Amino acid sequence: MSSLILENLSYQYNDTAVIEHLNLTVEKDEIVCLLGPSGCGKTTTLKAIAGIVTANQGKVFIDTKLVSDEDTFLAPEHRNIGMMFQDYALFPHLTVADNIGFGLAKMSKSQKQQRVDEMLELVQLQGCAMRFPHQLSGGQQQRVAIARALAYKPSLLLLDEPFSNIDTQVRFELIADIRRIIKNQQVSAVFVTHSKEEAFAFSDTLAVMHRGKIAQQGTPEQLFSAPNSKVVAEFLGQGIYLNADVLTATEYSTCYGVVESLIAHHHSTDSGQLYIRPHHLTLTPASVQCEQTVKVLSRRFIGSSYVYKVVVNEQEIEVAAELAQSFDINDLVTIKIKPHTVNFFTDK
Amino acid sequence: MSFQSPLSRWQLFAWVIGLTLVTPLCFLLFESLQGDSDVFSHLWNTVLWDYTRNTLVLIVGVCVVSCALALPLAWLTAYCSFPGRKQFEWALMLPLAMPTYIIAYVYTDLFDYAGPIQIALRNWFAWQSPDDYWFFDIRTLPGAIMMIALVLYPYLYLIFKTALREQSFKLVQASQGMGLSPLQSFYRVSLPLARGAIVAGLTLISMETMADFATVNYFSVSTLTTAVYDTWLGYYSLTAAAKISGIMLLILFLALMVERFSRRKQAVFERQSGVNSETLYSLKGKAAWSATLFCCAVLFFAFVLPVAVLINYAFAYAEQAWNDAFFLYAWQSFKVAGIVCVITIILSLLVVFYQRISTQQYSLVPGRLASTGYALPGTVLAIAALLPLTLLDDRLNTWLEPFGAVPGLLLSGTLFAIIFAYVVRFYAIAHGAVEASFMRISPSLDMASQSMGKSYGQTLRKVHIPLLRRGILTAGLLVFIECMKELPAALLLRPFNFETLATHVFQYVSDEQLELASISALAIVVVGLVPLYFVNRSMEQHS
Repeated sequence: MSSLILENLSYQYNDTAVIEHLNLTVEKDEIVCLLGPSGCGKTTTLKAIAGIVTANQGKVFIDTKLVSDEDTFLAPEHRNIGMMFQDYALFPHLTVADNIGFGLAKMSKSQKQQRVDEMLELVQLQGCAMRFPHQLSGGQQQRVAIARALAYKPSLLLLDEPFSNIDTQVRFELIADIRRIIKNQQVSAVFVTHSKEEAFAFSDTLAVMHRGKIAQQGTPEQLFSAPNSKVVAEFLGQGIYLNADVLTATEYSTCYGVVESLIAHHHSTDSGQLYIRPHHLTLTPASVQCEQTVKVLSRRFIGSSYVYKVVVNEQEIEVAAELAQSFDINDLVTIKIKPHTVNFFTDK
Repeated sequence: MSFQSPLSRWQLFAWVIGLTLVTPLCFLLFESLQGDSDVFSHLWNTVLWDYTRNTLVLIVGVCVVSCALALPLAWLTAYCSFPGRKQFEWALMLPLAMPTYIIAYVYTDLFDYAGPIQIALRNWFAWQSPDDYWFFDIRTLPGAIMMIALVLYPYLYLIFKTALREQSFKLVQASQGMGLSPLQSFYRVSLPLARGAIVAGLTLISMETMADFATVNYFSVSTLTTAVYDTWLGYYSLTAAAKISGIMLLILFLALMVERFSRRKQAVFERQSGVNSETLYSLKGKAAWSATLFCCAVLFFAFVLPVAVLINYAFAYAEQAWNDAFFLYAWQSFKVAGIVCVITIILSLLVVFYQRISTQQYSLVPGRLASTGYALPGTVLAIAALLPLTLLDDRLNTWLEPFGAVPGLLLSGTLFAIIFAYVVRFYAIAHGAVEASFMRISPSLDMASQSMGKSYGQTLRKVHIPLLRRGILTAGLLVFIECMKELPAALLLRPFNFETLATHVFQYVSDEQLELASISALAIVVVGLVPLYFVNRSMEQHS
């Protein structure tokens, strides 16, 4: 059973299309991430699911129940969804316990208390029931927010950039925590972010959004290794384009030599561009300048390795190299491209 | 697709409120478009331009003087520590309780030829007659500007100080890190950030100034307000009075446009609990004492001195001024102010809440309509309110006559008229304060509440109202004090045998016998202080 289905959803604001014919399915207990740059329509999509904005066209099903189309509109308070926000949106005038209990209508006082205690235990904030939100750290506030959103057992959880206000040091710890909590409670979730690191760490399935549409949907690994468009490829990681001619199903000729693909592709055209990510490149010392050598522009120490900035085919790229192999600025290095699952694009 | 039903109830509330409160104005406009305006064309050809100019000079003058007083006072008390800061923080609001006509009377009495100051100067320098020396005449336009500004500056002070308090100190600290002096960071960071608050404060002050009747009447400075009063009482020409009001509406419209324009992109949603309780700068030595002296001086002239004079009168004329009537008038004033206060807050909450939940472009219209009454000077408002009420009374009597009931002047001849007129007049104050507080609540709180199954009404009750408490208190305070001090509308609308403290005092002021009503005058001031105390206490608890 799907927890959420968006069918052909469109939304215009002041004659500008924010969402265009968007389709998305979230399976039961699945965490789907809408990933994209700001302005791509991901937050609006979330609001349309919640019922805070009304889509101009298309259908929204939550737990197979139609909540929005041309003739139907179920108000947000009747959709049984949980929401988490970038600014936590905890009610500043209520204690932690009252915040968590806010959505628990139609429950006796003792039942309510019991549920609040359960949720506090789940998010490991047992001692904080009587505190006010401003007395908590950002991470604690977000844990209260998840407890509050899950307390009334929503059919679907919506998370709007919930980690962007959290210190980087604790961010991934919190992400793991919240993911554990969501999985533990067996609830489906739609998560919106512009950070691919958060998306990779948090979601089961990624949907990269571009200009109001889903550009590609799949597991993080699928999208990273086999993006279907330049937009997806670029958004998921830095890289450079090299002009390439198809030699065989697994070989491409570039100005840095022949690039080998680990799997065979069949292309309709002979020439296009390869998208090469930094970890596909190796740097080796060069004594004489030739076509495949470049100069080291800068060097950065990151602990386990050095990161060198070089210019390849007029595009800057940062390549990591082991500590044992150290170069100085202005040193000549030879670029080699390792065999990998290539990303070959025929469009310019 | 459209889904309107939960919204439509709020939409209905808002529109009914907006249309009801704008009804007197509509009647007035309709009346002003009726023919026969010989009186108006006569005025137009003779003195109207002078009246208009006086009104504009008065407004600009009061705004300038209010800025000169309120901005430094707010900055000092919000950001600096100096001797007496905590006391000044609330004490500087005290002049809000002082009606302009009382302060005007007191200063006239002090600075007159026969007043103690000129007498002392004559004795000191052995001057014999007015030809021997020059002394300023307080009963002039600049004098009126000073009097009104002394009483109205706390609006700007209160609003601007709250805005400064809610600004993050980090912004100022960051600007100082970039090499700005405290004064520079005030001009380049704090002031622009609080621009919306300043304009809101000045708009309030402008509207109040334009509506002032008692001071300019007492000083014989002819403004549009006195022109309306004279036209009505002198010529009995409601049409001409309505036409003059039209000019005032134009000025108001401009002021409101300026306010909206300055706030057009200020929907900055501040993070919760951003109130600073500590100060930023600790003033030492000369600077500290100068700050204290400045606060003392303003407080002295705007409040302490006039009150001292009133107390002096009260003791000297205790027997004549102390009587049963006084208690009755006090209770009547309090009752009217309290009822109006509650009604305006409820109405403004409903209208502003509709503005918040609606995405329709015209959702701001009901609030604008409802707020127009504030512009109407008390005199004009009284006439405007009577027009629909007498019509309704008339209809009511006609309908009920067959059933043998004759309700009489049920609406226009009772407290209903005065309360209706006050609500129309002071709604804008409550609306402004409530709207400003609403804007500080992050919209994600609304979404969170809705996602947890709460309807609009539940969200308003459980989330917004508790968070708006401070804004509601400010709104209530401002409306309450205005009601206590409101004079011209009360003069015209009070039921038979009904006096408020204000009408009582003004009669004695007009007769140059304030001494005899000094206790009532003091009572207006003291009653105005009560809500100040509660608001101040609540603000302290909160921060």
